[in-house]
Amino acid sequence: MDALLLARWQFGITSVYHFLFVPLTLGLSVLVAIMETIYVRTGDETYKNMARFWGRLFLINFAMGVVTGIVQEFHFGMNWSEYSRFVGDIFGAPLAVEALAAFFLESTFLGLWLFGWDKLPKTLHAACIWLVAFGTNLSAFWILVANSFMQEPVGYVLRNGRAEMTDFFALLTNPHVLYQFPHTVLAGFVTAAFFVMGISAYHLLRQSQLEPFRRSFRLALIMGVISSLLVAAVGHFQGQYLVSAQPMKMAAAEALWESAAPAPLALAALVDERTQTNTFEIKIPALASFLAYNSFQGEVKGLKDLQAAAEASYGPGSYIPPVAPVFWSFRLMVVAGLWLILLSLYSLYLWRRRRLEEKPLVLKALLWSIPVPYLANTAGWLMAEIGRYPWIVYGLQRVEAAVSPGVSAAAILTTLVAFTLLYGVLAVADVYLLAKYARQGVETTPATRMLDNSGEVSLWI
Amino acid sequence: MDLTVLWFILVAVLFAGFFFLEGFDYGVGILLPFLGKSDGERRAIINSIGPFWDGNEVWMLTAGGAMFAAFPHWYATLFSGFYLALFLILVALILRGVAFEFRSKDERRTWRNFWDWMLFLGSLLPALLWGVAMANLIRGVPIDARMQYAGSFFDLLSPYTLLGGLTSLLLFTLQGALFLALKTGDELPQRARQAGLKIGTGTVAALLLLLIMSYRETDIFTRMVPGIAAWGALVALLLAWWLLSSRSYGGAFILNGLAILLGTAALFGGLFPRVMVSSLNPQWSLTIYQASSSPYTLKVMTIVAFTLVPVVLLYQGWTYWVFRQRVKARDLEY
Repeated sequence: MDALLLARWQFGITSVYHFLFVPLTLGLSVLVAIMETIYVRTGDETYKNMARFWGRLFLINFAMGVVTGIVQEFHFGMNWSEYSRFVGDIFGAPLAVEALAAFFLESTFLGLWLFGWDKLPKTLHAACIWLVAFGTNLSAFWILVANSFMQEPVGYVLRNGRAEMTDFFALLTNPHVLYQFPHTVLAGFVTAAFFVMGISAYHLLRQSQLEPFRRSFRLALIMGVISSLLVAAVGHFQGQYLVSAQPMKMAAAEALWESAAPAPLALAALVDERTQTNTFEIKIPALASFLAYNSFQGEVKGLKDLQAAAEASYGPGSYIPPVAPVFWSFRLMVVAGLWLILLSLYSLYLWRRRRLEEKPLVLKALLWSIPVPYLANTAGWLMAEIGRYPWIVYGLQRVEAAVSPGVSAAAILTTLVAFTLLYGVLAVADVYLLAKYARQGVETTPATRMLDNSGEVSLWI
Repeated sequence: MDLTVLWFILVAVLFAGFFFLEGFDYGVGILLPFLGKSDGERRAIINSIGPFWDGNEVWMLTAGGAMFAAFPHWYATLFSGFYLALFLILVALILRGVAFEFRSKDERRTWRNFWDWMLFLGSLLPALLWGVAMANLIRGVPIDARMQYAGSFFDLLSPYTLLGGLTSLLLFTLQGALFLALKTGDELPQRARQAGLKIGTGTVAALLLLLIMSYRETDIFTRMVPGIAAWGALVALLLAWWLLSSRSYGGAFILNGLAILLGTAALFGGLFPRVMVSSLNPQWSLTIYQASSSPYTLKVMTIVAFTLVPVVLLYQGWTYWVFRQRVKARDLEY
């Protein structure tokens, strides 16, 4: 395998893995902050215990997000040095601001929150977790500003053999990020809401610690209903926007080879990328046009026409991304999203009629739906990033021009294998701890019990 | 001042802040298994840096981010060139970061021992490797005419650069011992002092040898300021050792911290105005001017940095004030 392919796999694996931990951080920090705020305002200790319980799970998850995030920052220079040279003038700035404005904030105030329960006044302590929540969501904004430049370059000029920034404000108001940021953050809220609902459902099923988990469920339910509806709405407008901004990505997402007016929507398709056809399709007439333009008329460009247009502007070469992965990850995301909307609405209905706890099947569905937002998040990113191919910076730099020329395939293979193994082992430890603490529940407070073994501890096991 | 020069200084300051702050928390991680005789003591040692280590690590991320934003070619050449060294640092930092959170969340002895061991290793490797990397920066590495690193991982390892790694490892470990002497209670400060005195002797020897070898291996002493800073670091270190032996922990911590800062100043001062020194041909060395971002980007980043850095310093400083008390094993909750 060549260095380029290995570098792409490495970036894909480490990024997808990193983003397993990020969304929960975005949403759960807000939920914990809300719980603690209620505690501060009412003095009700149950909310304090809830904040501590969910805060513990937050931390186990946060640690993984932090350490895998460091890899992301180093990656650009290590594996993608020519990319870094080409866009560093623009791309480096949001990364640096992210560290300066957001990472310092979240890490410092998380330390204060964690160790400051007895050292800070109540209100100040609650303010700390709000700052953590603000910091994590702010960091999402900056990294998405960087990502949006790769999707839709703005505020730059090509000079000195690279892209140079001409308008910082244009980067911040990139239309791409104005859709992507709310979509991502809301997806994080959905993830956290279903995480809290799922674990609460587990305790409601077992009839254990009903009070804190009813309250947790209620807060998460409100967040889940609102954010799962909003994330779909934003996603819809984002899709409409992408039809004009990144038509190739959307055509691949629909596996639409030929331009059509009006264009049908394929619910399922067997894509044959070699012959550039779908050997089998289930489609609904004109629905793709409707989704794109809110009207049953209107032409949606197909992959073949877009390829011809791209060749006309950028010269010979293939400009079509891998169609089947984009097509199927889009569908996976949408189906997962619809399932979450239905489940949260139905739960709301039962909750309002006080019948949720009589429905073990629904509670079980909620528990088993904890992974569903993760599937949707991953699928969404796969669609966004694979759909960008063959460009690393849309229209400006192709992936093969971006990889580090001095790093051998053997070196990348070594690190790829090592990261994958390490990440695999850590995932097991992480899930083990999350499950252990989730099961224990709210009431058992001491997080750390000392081992009574003075003089017996040895480093070498 | 020329913004390019300003940003070189800012990157140096960020690295100095990183070495100063994370230096002691690497040191604490390295000393953990040797100074903590019981589970409670180990928890106390970890909790002494518990609220700080993550914030300290952000200094490294910010230094990297600032390098990327202000000197993209420096970032690209350095990170792709020092590939496996940085990979090892990453693995170490991953294990270290999760060890902090995972360690006490299970009561099995093997579990806790395993993560203590990971904390040790995860602190030791970066403390060593950052020194190796910095020594390579001033000694020069094979950089070709196209700004690419043309060597292998093993070209980064020479007696001089390994001595650089050993020196940073010892400096940081000493700083960790001094921090523990200041911040823990019961018997731990005494034990930390004993360890610090032994490590200090080795640190003085290593730094002295490193300075002497630097005359032959590098050109950083051709200018006066880096030379003064480098020898000043040794003087500060000797004073720190003397203060430790007379049980003045606060002063010793500050002076050894000063030694770390002066050492970093000597490094970057000697490097200036280059950012990567080519051992193949001096003409191929990268300077701040070839490596830098456009004037516009530097201007934007300057405004951002001068707005945010003071705020960060304020709230990070406040954290140290909030947790100014000594950490003792018997009153641990978390």
